[in-house]
Amino acid sequence: MYKNNSLWQFFASVKLALLILCLIAVTSIIGTVIPQKEAAQFYVANFGASYAQIFQILDITDMYNSWWFLALLCLLCFNLVICSIDRFPGVWKQVTGDGLEVPAERIRKMSTQASWSIDSPLADARTLIGERLKHKGFKTASKSDGDSLVLFSQKGNWTRTGVYLVHASILVIFLGAVIGSLGGFKGSVMIPETAERSKVFLFGNKGVEELDFTIRCNSFDIEFYANGMPKEYTSSLTVIDQGKEILTKSIEVNDPLTYKGITFYQSSYQPSQDFVVGVTLPDGTTVKTFAAPFQEQVEWSEQQLTFGIINARVRGQEIVSSKLWFSDGSGDPDTVWIDNGQSVDLKRQGGTYRVTVKQLYATGLQVAKDPGVWWVYIGCGLMLFGLYVAFFMSHRRIWVLLTERKHKTEIVMTGSANKNRPGFEKQFADLSELLQNGASET
Amino acid sequence: MDSSQLLGITTFTYLFASFLYIATLVFRSSRIGAFASWFTVAALLIQTAGIGLRWIESYRMGIGHAPLTNMYESVVFFAWVIVLFYLGIEWKFKTRTIGAFAVPLAFLAMAYASFAPINKGISPLVPALQSNWLLAHVITCFVGYAAFAIAAALGIMYLVKSYSGSDSGGKASAVLPALKTLDDIIHKSMIFGFIWLSAGIITGAVWANSAWGTYWSWDPKETWSLITWFVYAITLHARYTRGISGRTIAWLSLIGLIAVVFTYYGVNFLLSGLHSYGSG
Ligand code: HEM
Repeated sequence: MYKNNSLWQFFASVKLALLILCLIAVTSIIGTVIPQKEAAQFYVANFGASYAQIFQILDITDMYNSWWFLALLCLLCFNLVICSIDRFPGVWKQVTGDGLEVPAERIRKMSTQASWSIDSPLADARTLIGERLKHKGFKTASKSDGDSLVLFSQKGNWTRTGVYLVHASILVIFLGAVIGSLGGFKGSVMIPETAERSKVFLFGNKGVEELDFTIRCNSFDIEFYANGMPKEYTSSLTVIDQGKEILTKSIEVNDPLTYKGITFYQSSYQPSQDFVVGVTLPDGTTVKTFAAPFQEQVEWSEQQLTFGIINARVRGQEIVSSKLWFSDGSGDPDTVWIDNGQSVDLKRQGGTYRVTVKQLYATGLQVAKDPGVWWVYIGCGLMLFGLYVAFFMSHRRIWVLLTERKHKTEIVMTGSANKNRPGFEKQFADLSELLQNGASET
Repeated sequence: MDSSQLLGITTFTYLFASFLYIATLVFRSSRIGAFASWFTVAALLIQTAGIGLRWIESYRMGIGHAPLTNMYESVVFFAWVIVLFYLGIEWKFKTRTIGAFAVPLAFLAMAYASFAPINKGISPLVPALQSNWLLAHVITCFVGYAAFAIAAALGIMYLVKSYSGSDSGGKASAVLPALKTLDDIIHKSMIFGFIWLSAGIITGAVWANSAWGTYWSWDPKETWSLITWFVYAITLHARYTRGISGRTIAWLSLIGLIAVVFTYYGVNFLLSGLHSYGSG
C-alpha cells in the first residue's frame, strides 16, 4: 500500500509541514530587510560588489518571486495535499460513521453519562425521549441490542471537516494567485485631461499592453483640506469601445472603474504646463473643452473661434491665473486674466461666450487585470469559515440505552464530543436534565 | 472635558488598577481583588467615552472618521481591547490573578500612546485611507493582537510558575492558576487571535486591492503580518497534531508577541513601506 511507502510518509508528515512553515517564515524576513526590485547598481552601492553578486545569484533582489521561494510554497501545497489525502478518509469515516455500530459495552463505559429510570414501558419511553431530543435539534436513530434499545443522535458531524476546509482554502488562494499571474497584468498609464489612451505600460519593464478599447480622461480634480492635505483625487473617465462611448464614471482612490475585467485605479497625477479651455457658445448649451498648450493657438473651426493662453502666473507647479486671448473672427480680440478654474463672460457681436480656463492635469492610473482575484476572495472566505468551524464547532454524539425492567424503563445516557469537552459536559447535563424532568418544557 | 483628558485619566486608572491586581496577588485578598475589578471596569468605561468623544470631535472638526487611523489611536484601541478581553477571561474563568499581568500591559500601551513622541492630533485622512476596509482591517488586526498579548501575559505566568517549581512549590506560584488552566487559556487566546489575525490580513488584502489593484505586494508590513500568522500557525499545529504543550507553547506565545510587536511597531521605525501612515 502506498501509505507504507516511506516517501509518502515523509510528505504526509506534519513535521515536514512545521519545517516548511518555519523556513517560509524565516526566509520571508530577508525581503523585508533588503530592499526588493532595485536596480543592480543600488545593491553594489549599498552592500558592496561581492554581496551584490550573491544577491543576484540567489535572487535575493526579488526573493518573493525567486525559484527557491516559489519552490517552498509549492512544497507547502504538496505537503498539504498529501497530508490531506493521507488523513481525510479517516476523518470522513467519522463524519459518515453510524453511531449505532458502536458496541453497547463501549457506550456504557463512556465517561460522560447519566442514568435514571421512568415508570413507563419501553415503547413510551422511547417516544418521549426521542421527542425531547428532537425538540433540541437532535434527531434520533435507533437499533435494538439484546433486550435493550439504543438511540443515537448527533450534531455537527460535518464540522470534523473544518480543518480540511482551512487547508483547501490555502490551495484555493494559491490557485487564484497563479491564475492572476498567468492570465493578468499590472501596469500604469498617464492620461492628460481630454486625451485618450489605449496602451498600458506594464510594471517591471515588461513592455506595453494594448487594450482593445480606449479610455479618455474627461477631467481631473483635486480637493484639499483646510490644512493643505489632499482630500480626494477624482478623475472622470469614459470608456470608448469601437468608436462608441460605453460608460462614464468618476473614479477616486478606493473606487475604481472596471471594464472587460480590466480595472483602472486612481493612483497619481501630474500638473502640466498646458491648459484646459472650456467654451460655451452664446446659445448657452453647446459646450466644448480643448487642451491648450501654453502660447499656442487653438481653433474651433466650425464656430470660427480662435483662442489661446498667452501668459500665466505660477506658484511652484501650480498655475494661479492665466491670460486668455480670444477671437471670433470679427472685431478686436479680447484678452483677459482669469483665475485658475474660473470662467469669464466675453461679450462679442454674436453674443456672449462663457470661457473657463484651468491648468491641465494628467491623471495617473494604475491598471490591473486579475482574473484570479475572485478565487483568492473565495479562498479567504473559505478560510475564515473553516477556521470558525475548526475552532468553535464540534461533533457531539449522544447515545441513550433503554432497557425494560418490570414496567419500568432503565435509561443510561452517554455522550462524547471531539472538542470543547467542558462546553459539551454542560450541554450534556442540561440535556439529561431535560430528558428526565422536562415534561413542562415540551 | 475633551477626549485627551479622558484618555489621560484612563492611563492613570489602569496604573492604579495594575497595582491593585498585583496587591491582590501578593496579599491574596479578594476584597482588594474586587476593587481592582471595579477600577478596571471604570477605566474601561472612561476609555470608551474618551474614544467615542474623540470620534465626535473629529466630526466637529469637519474631517469625521473613526478614531483608528494613526499610531496613537490604534494603540489606544489596542489597550481597550486588551482590557475588554481580559475582563471577559476574568468573568469566564473566575480568576483575578491574570489581571496582574494583563492590566499592566494595557497601562503600558496607554502610557506609550500618551508619552511617546507620536502625533496625537486628529488629522484628516489622505485619500487612500478613506475606506471602510481600513476600519475593518484595523479593528480585526487589533482584536487579534490583543488576544496574542493576553496569551503572552499568560505565557509569562506559565513560565514563572513552571520554572519556580511546578504546581506544588514556590510562594508566588501558589497563587497563580494551575498550569493546566493556564495552558488551556493560552491555547484559547491564540485560537481566538489567529482567527482575527487571519481576518485582519484578509481585510487588508481586500482594501489594498480596492485602492491599488494588488491584494498582496510583499511590502514589509504585509510580510511581517504573514510571518506572525505563520508563527501562530506553527504553534497551533505543534500543539494540535504533535501534542506539544506546556513550556514550549508558553515560549511560542512570547515569540508570537515579539513578531506582533515587530509587525506593528518595528516595521514602521526600522523598515519602510506602504504603511508609513503609522509612523506619524
Ligand atoms: C499556512 C498553512 C496552514 C494553515 C493556516 C493550517 C491551519 C490549520 C488549522 C487551523 C488546524 C486546526 C488546528 C487546531 O484545531 O488547533 C490545522 C490542523 C492540521 N493541519 Fe494545518 N494548516 C496549514 C498547513 C498545514 C500543512 C502544510 C500540513 C501538512 C502536513 C498541515 C497538517 C495539519 C494536520 C494534520 C492537522 C490536524 C488535522 C486533524 O486533526 O485531522 N497543515 N491546520
